[in-house]
Amino acid sequence: MTEVVATNQTILVVGGGISGMTAALEAAETGAQVVLVEKRPYLGGRVSQLYKYFPKLCHPTCGLEINQRRAKMNPNLTIVTGAEVSKLEGEAGNYTATVKLSPTYVNDNCTACGECAKAVEAEFDDEYNYGLSKRKGAYLPHVMAHPMKYVLDPAIIGTDDAQKAKDACKYDAIDLDDKEKEIQFPVGAVVWATGWKPYDAAKIQPYGYDRFANVVTNVEFERMADPKGPTGGKILRPSDGKEAKNVAFIQCAGSRDRNHLYHCSRICCMASLKQTHYVVDAYGDDAQVSIYYIDIRAIDRFEDFYAEVRAMDNVKFIKSKVASITRGENDNPCLNGVDTEGYHRYATEHDLVVLATGMEPSVSVDSFPVDVEINREGFIEPAEKNGGVFAAGCASDALDVNRAVQSATGAALKAIQVVNRVARAEG
Amino acid sequence: MSELNKAMIEQYRNSFLSEVEANVEEGEWVKMCMQCGVCSGSCPLGKHWAHPPQEIFMMIRAGKREEVLTSDSMWMCTSCYNCIVRCPRQLPITHIMHGLATYAKKLGLTPKNQPTAKFAEIFWNNMMKKGRVNELKLGLSLYFKDGFGPGIKEALRNKDLGMKMMKAKRMAAGEFFGGHGVKDVSGLQKMIKKAQELEDARMKKFDEPEASQDG
Ligand SMILES: Cc1cc2nc3c(=O)[nH]c(=O)nc-3n(C[C@H](O)[C@H](O)[C@H](O)COP(=O)(O)OP(=O)(O)OC[C@H]3O[C@@H](n4cnc5c(N)ncnc54)[C@H](O)[C@@H]3O)c2cc1C
Ligand code: SF4
Ligand code: SF4
Ligand code: SF4
Ligand code: SF4
Repeated sequence: MTEVVATNQTILVVGGGISGMTAALEAAETGAQVVLVEKRPYLGGRVSQLYKYFPKLCHPTCGLEINQRRAKMNPNLTIVTGAEVSKLEGEAGNYTATVKLSPTYVNDNCTACGECAKAVEAEFDDEYNYGLSKRKGAYLPHVMAHPMKYVLDPAIIGTDDAQKAKDACKYDAIDLDDKEKEIQFPVGAVVWATGWKPYDAAKIQPYGYDRFANVVTNVEFERMADPKGPTGGKILRPSDGKEAKNVAFIQCAGSRDRNHLYHCSRICCMASLKQTHYVVDAYGDDAQVSIYYIDIRAIDRFEDFYAEVRAMDNVKFIKSKVASITRGENDNPCLNGVDTEGYHRYATEHDLVVLATGMEPSVSVDSFPVDVEINREGFIEPAEKNGGVFAAGCASDALDVNRAVQSATGAALKAIQVVNRVARAEG
Repeated sequence: MSELNKAMIEQYRNSFLSEVEANVEEGEWVKMCMQCGVCSGSCPLGKHWAHPPQEIFMMIRAGKREEVLTSDSMWMCTSCYNCIVRCPRQLPITHIMHGLATYAKKLGLTPKNQPTAKFAEIFWNNMMKKGRVNELKLGLSLYFKDGFGPGIKEALRNKDLGMKMMKAKRMAAGEFFGGHGVKDVSGLQKMIKKAQELEDARMKKFDEPEASQDG
């Protein structure tokens, strides 16, 4: 494990998604000492699970790779993965952070040769693919993972698989006696970038996400379109593996809804427009996309992207929030509702339905280890009482990558100001 | 046209929405509707009405006063509450529907021979007598709502149901003579009278003789 050396001029960044990585790099590149603490075994957060980025339809791996290279080159940055901040005490310029390190069972000797994965047998849901596929109990989280290290699932510890993995490793990289540890170190300021999680689609009862195989979420759909994903990039129906050419998107699934999330998640309109490209790219003229919406929120510069999709012949926009999904023929989801342009009642079957589920903050209101101002939606608001803690990216609001990165740069600047103040005071 | 109706048209000349906000129960919620369509799509009765709730709310905002108030739509609401539990804006849709119906009746705009409107009236009169609904009399009044001949027919058609209700003690033949009621019927009636007076006083500002009719 990397040694953490820190002082009250150190900046702690919590969360290593695109926002946390950006804040950490921006601060480290100005010369500040930075410790980045990430819960997962790898950096990148949720964007590492996207196939392409709107609006340019480029691959997120590209930007992540650049950041990873910047991170490797910077001596001011210490990265700790598999770790969570469990306590933060003190005040701006003088905090003590307590960080819990989960056992990883794999040390820095790992060359990612993959022998351990071949040796073990038990399989588990692959969280990287949102459970759409299985992975072994010894695994590389994803092909671009940084750090490029295999991980042992704690569930195999104490089973035969654990010993098999250890026996297979030629580099002495596996330590089955690894234990959970707690470390404490001083920091001057904190950038809080713990990001978001998809809203639990099963809570939207009338859509039957938990009842119908061919109703999936937009985050799952990203994995389905990715050639490195569970279907090898083919857009197929989970129920029978047939090609899903007639695809419907339901917007605001759980967002803008007082029974679910109050806020507009802001990225899901664009996500569905982007995913429309995935379907059209896959099936050309055979593709048929229907987007059911309240209103399309393709904010500012994204209007062009929307106009382009709107002009496609095989894409239909239906102004209506779908009331319910029922089971149609051949496990087709049947969408029921009334459209707002004419008040026509419809009951339309599709091969596959994608719920454009929204974002909620990944840290729940009552489990913040520090006292910060949290709004009704669970995001962190800027406030006096936050002291030296500054929110970045989706911890502060539902944002796309561009805006998340801007907010991260802003948070990094504020953190730098705090530690600079400490530096001046201490002469 | 009733005098109250005329007065209201005069008062809210260009804004039916303001009229609804001021006079219809929960009417101030109408402007919160974002026209998503979930209520209409969730309403089990929706197929059978002229205008589903979402459309009614849009018509109110568009000033379609006559069309809304003479519509049968709000009279078709069964109070199943499907719409309320699903509305993303939590509009009290069911209550607005009943509020609109009540207001339309007050103005004398209820469609003629609207069966559910008639039922509501019979139900109310029945309940006001004893403070509890007399199922037997309610059933009979309903059968005979269209006159004696059709009433006998309707009663015969439903006699099996009636017998079952009696067996299950949901209805008793003795109810025909008096029937059960609340302990303090006159107290209840006084209370309702007071409420009626308050409502009348509210309507009085429109200075209308017809405003004192029952609502
Ligand atoms: C379906 C979909 C498609 C999208 N497509 C696009 C797109 O094409 N273009 C675009 O610009 N945006 C897109 N977005 C939005 C994009 O995903 C977000 O803007 C981006 O993920 C925000 O990054 P973040 O770093 O703020 O949060 P995250 O990516 O959530 O990163 C947060 C990190 O913090 C870690 N963490 C969480 N809690 C803790 C803790 N307690 N301690 C330590 N670490 C913790 C997490 O493990 C994670 O690594 C899409 C969103 C969705 C839902
Ligand atoms: S832990 Fe050992 S066997 Fe597994 S990938 Fe790393 S080096 Fe190879
Ligand atoms: S971005 Fe679009 S789909 Fe997402 S909550 Fe807002 S309006 Fe709904
Ligand atoms: S569900 Fe609510 S917001 Fe949507 S149309 Fe109906 S009343 Fe309006
Ligand atoms: S309460 Fe009335 S309006 Fe609402 S869904 Fe039921 S019948 Fe329709």
